Amino acid sequence: MLTVTEHGLYCASGGFHIDPWRAVERAVITHAHSDHARPGSRSYLCAADGVEVLRVRLGRDASIAGLGYGATTRLNEVQVSFHPAGHVLGSAQIRIECRGEVWVVSGDYKTQPDPTCAAFEPVFCHTFVTESTFGLPVYRWPEPASVFAEINHWWRSNQPRARTSVLFGYSLGKAQRLLAGLDASIGPILAHRAVREFLPAYAAAGIRLPAVQPATPESIRAAGGRAIVVAPPAAGNPAWLDGSGEFATAFASGWMLLRGMRRSRGADRAFALSDHADWPGLVSAIRATGASRVLVTHGASAPLVRWLNEHGWQAEALATRFVGEIPEEPETPHRG
Amino acid sequence: MRAFAQLFAVLDRTPDASGKTAALEDYFRATPPADAAWALWFLYGQRLKRAVKSVDLRRWAAEAADLPPWLVGECCDHVGDPAEALALLLPLNPHPAPLPLALLVEQRLLPLAAATEVEQRAILRATWSELDPTQRFLWHKLLAGNPGIGVSRALLVRALARLARVEIAVMAHRLLGAWRPTPAHFARLMSGEAPGGEPACPYPFYLASPLEGEAPALGAVTDWQFEWKWDGLRAQLLRRAGEAILWSRDEEIVTAGFPEVADAARALPEGTVLDGELLAWGDGPLPFAGLQRRLNRRAPSAAIRRAVPAVFMAYDLLECGGADCRQWPLTKRRRELERLLTRAADEAARREAGLSQTGWLQPDLFDSQPVAPGLPAPLRLSPALSVATWDDLAGLQAQARATGAEGLMLKQRDAAYGAGRQPGAWWKWKVAPFICDAVLVAAQPGHGRRTTRFTDYTFAVWQGDELISVAKAGSGLTDAETDAIDAFVRAHTTGRFGPARLVTPELVFELAFDGVAPSTRHKAGFVLRRPRIVRWRQDKRPAEAGTVATLRGLCRG
Repeated sequence: MLTVTEHGLYCASGGFHIDPWRAVERAVITHAHSDHARPGSRSYLCAADGVEVLRVRLGRDASIAGLGYGATTRLNEVQVSFHPAGHVLGSAQIRIECRGEVWVVSGDYKTQPDPTCAAFEPVFCHTFVTESTFGLPVYRWPEPASVFAEINHWWRSNQPRARTSVLFGYSLGKAQRLLAGLDASIGPILAHRAVREFLPAYAAAGIRLPAVQPATPESIRAAGGRAIVVAPPAAGNPAWLDGSGEFATAFASGWMLLRGMRRSRGADRAFALSDHADWPGLVSAIRATGASRVLVTHGASAPLVRWLNEHGWQAEALATRFVGEIPEEPETPHRG
Repeated sequence: MRAFAQLFAVLDRTPDASGKTAALEDYFRATPPADAAWALWFLYGQRLKRAVKSVDLRRWAAEAADLPPWLVGECCDHVGDPAEALALLLPLNPHPAPLPLALLVEQRLLPLAAATEVEQRAILRATWSELDPTQRFLWHKLLAGNPGIGVSRALLVRALARLARVEIAVMAHRLLGAWRPTPAHFARLMSGEAPGGEPACPYPFYLASPLEGEAPALGAVTDWQFEWKWDGLRAQLLRRAGEAILWSRDEEIVTAGFPEVADAARALPEGTVLDGELLAWGDGPLPFAGLQRRLNRRAPSAAIRRAVPAVFMAYDLLECGGADCRQWPLTKRRRELERLLTRAADEAARREAGLSQTGWLQPDLFDSQPVAPGLPAPLRLSPALSVATWDDLAGLQAQARATGAEGLMLKQRDAAYGAGRQPGAWWKWKVAPFICDAVLVAAQPGHGRRTTRFTDYTFAVWQGDELISVAKAGSGLTDAETDAIDAFVRAHTTGRFGPARLVTPELVFELAFDGVAPSTRHKAGFVLRRPRIVRWRQDKRPAEAGTVATLRGLCRG
């Protein structure tokens, strides 16, 4: 049904690519992070909720069509539908069916609750293509509510010392999820341009987020150390923070669960919050699809593949160029 | 255990010393003495024997987590620290109910050593079920002997001293003594100052100021005494209450690292305090790097004592006959110092006569010949130098490097011993540093406010057509230059090595340094002493940078 070509995951019977890494005729997109949504293809199809964020990524001129979650369209011989992946706004698992055989390409997904996107829905299939960014049993996320309580407490504890709280998280998805979890009664919420860029798309999708002001040295100074600034990690170079007074920094990422990662980032605080499935999430999602065959993408897939094979699945690794949540600092501000 | 785990979490994420000290103070103020005693014992770096074999620990963790052993192995490799990996993969416990630290240690940890395998497994499973992941992580570290929490003794001493309201020196000395992790010992450690003072307190060090301007402006040359400026570890030698204690300038007791000096000091009369410099010494001063091998917490091995013989080069007397003599003029202190050391040398020689052991003291104080073959005498007097005219002083200064000194000290003969950095009576005149051009080859983020910028640099020089790293230096540059280099690093990263970025070798910097010492731990075979950036040589190309051979030629020792 799907093959990996030099352009990406290709469905020959349907004549389309899923999340191609090169320009193609017809691209079907799981979500708008830059390792999944690359510019240059002639036409794009994604979940209806994801059209606006994808447009921010690809530009005004891209030809993008949306399809509501659960609705079906036909591309040549293949039935295609989108189902919520719970990763970021508009993220979808892509279900493809051809002559009675069903595959689901999950893209990136998480099973934890997230008020800024539709919750992950298991879709019955024969073959499930899963990510494995955090495919080891050491990864088990704490409850988001407790993480947000810690974040808000950290913000509040920085105020008496007049230290602006600067919270780093990817500009699409993580940043908005952070905004949604902040307690706006604590103080002013400011956001970096790369984060604000996506806010109209969230508003259009009916996602309620607290009001945010642009983060500039002036607005930060004006808040007198009471504000929190949400910014992408690539903006970690404090050139734009120079002249903003004292600040405390924190990272929000799944990698922050590990002590070594927390220490190497050198931030004042680290919060383990991820938009990817943890180990229990991966296992429960795979189990819920009823799939007998599992293809594992993303980097270190070997342990998950072996574990699945030992537990009755037929699993193998699928070499793609998706990167998931990268532990290193992204080189572009738009990395999801 | 709950409070100890919280303390660990705060210490682990707090980079600044004041934050760590505050966390320690909070913990010890609020913790019952039984738990505090054990916490202190571990934080101070004491170890227990490993209680459980690490293969058993892994096996039982895999069993408890219902995971195949190979996957637990993968997790350990991935995380890097098995103590952490196992803590993370064990079944979550929504309602942790940890035992207090003292009970955890005394009822769970200590019995493990004598327990059978079956009992060990039962103890571990019971304990895991009571702990959350951070507590489990520490528990695993305790099973291995020590939590290895990154806190220096100096910070610990400072926090406890503040809490007990005693001098830092007093607390440092109390902690050095024999104490057990019991509530009674802890209470004694934390008791107020004993009446009649503590024998361990050093005096504040008097610090020389750099000589700026011309020496003749200091007046008559005969009003001044001159000494070599030694490149060692400034220290006070306290001979009181039957003990000899060495204090370094950064408030650490370093006696354990210099047993030969401490032994020799016993020949001094009670109630004597000397100021001087700890030096590695062959038939002259050895490179400073060697001295660092002496600064471990444990006594140096016989091999290290032979490879890096240590001496105390005395140059001032602060206490004489049990009385503070810092107000005496230098000439009087010096005269008394010479008398004390000579008498001690005679005394030591008498006591040791007939024994084929290393002498206690230089018999001729101005002779650098060792009294016994092999090792130098551990107590020495820094020679007082004099010159007839200021012009002659420059000639003397020019000999400093050949002597193994880093310059000259100028001390006013009629001045009292000061405290801290009070300019006027003591000046240091260091020899001009060495200079070389080197290429930036790697950078990593700095600390504190600099964490988000690449401000710690690694520099290399040429060996054939290969660049060999020879120095690390932080920024001595302007903010604009630092920003420009940060941008360069981000744009020219060719690889990563931990937090460090390797960069295209393009930028050239002028470095100053005080010397070159051999080192087996560095690829170049030597290490630069106190390297610092003088300026960014934007006018130079990498090919114009210095060579390993040139630097090696400066090597001494």
